[in-house]
Amino acid sequence: MAKAKGAIVVDTVKCKGCELCMVACPTKVIEMAREVNAKGFHYSQMGNPEACIGCTNCAMVCPDSCITVYKVKA
Amino acid sequence: MDIKEIVKEENLVYKKSMVLTDKEMHYCPGCTHGVVHKLIAEVIDEMGIQEKTIGVAPVGCAVFAYDYLHIDWQEAAHGRAPAVATGVKRLLPDKMVFSYQGDGDLAAIGTAETIHACNRGENIVMVFINNGIYGMTGGQMAPTTLKGMKASTCPFGREPQQDGNPLKITELLAQLPGTSYVTRHSCHTAAAVRKTKKALRKAFENQQQKKGTSLVEVVSTCSSGWKMTPAKANDWMVENMFPFYPLGDLKDE
Repeated sequence: MAKAKGAIVVDTVKCKGCELCMVACPTKVIEMAREVNAKGFHYSQMGNPEACIGCTNCAMVCPDSCITVYKVKA
Repeated sequence: MDIKEIVKEENLVYKKSMVLTDKEMHYCPGCTHGVVHKLIAEVIDEMGIQEKTIGVAPVGCAVFAYDYLHIDWQEAAHGRAPAVATGVKRLLPDKMVFSYQGDGDLAAIGTAETIHACNRGENIVMVFINNGIYGMTGGQMAPTTLKGMKASTCPFGREPQQDGNPLKITELLAQLPGTSYVTRHSCHTAAAVRKTKKALRKAFENQQQKKGTSLVEVVSTCSSGWKMTPAKANDWMVENMFPFYPLGDLKDE
């Protein structure tokens, strides 16, 4: 099955840890980091990068436009 | 496949719009304002109208909207954004003019300006963010607060006998002959966000075609005012706000 492979890059400085991307991800790729950023928020990151399909759902719902999405056809 | 192989310029599918500034938004985590700002920026970017768009910022949380989008802005007094937008559009008819207002601005103090601008059929886009409370000042009861909904000035829930009934201003405006496109959307899921973007695009296109007033209401969350996490606020909105404020087009001419 030709499945798309994706990856996200999160602007961890700007992320406010609202967790909306984590909820929006259909393949449960995103998790919140144990560490906090300078503002004290647990920023989002790829916890399970293998599952990412590059659907851009996380980037669509991100209120602070922190997420950049890349996608390749595997 | 390694992430480094995927993260390359040629594989890019989504990045922050160039119309958005690099300034960090002052909104609380998970605020719908950020999403709607982003959608307006993307629509302006895709339509190539950045140079000729003028926004009218409200009073409320979105008062600093002029810091976040690389377009021309005019700040209006509380509730007077439709009146200011009218003036801007009439003097500069070639520009794309939109007002961006919350429910305390559009449906409370600015009701008169809103209704008359829509009734005159001013050729502007109005973006209406409805979260049911006055978010900026500490979550007080607004005209749009739901029956039984708790707010800081009605801690036991809104009681219509004492506090009046919630106002469906969008339905009211849809009846006016001046409005051409009146719609209600939300941003609780990625699919809903994409629909809202389409509605905003259509509203701006209506303005290009000189069709009259377009109003896009976005039913929003205020996680700080509602005292919930952003994800819970979305669920609460789906459960409580949507039955009273149903999504969809109210008017499309």
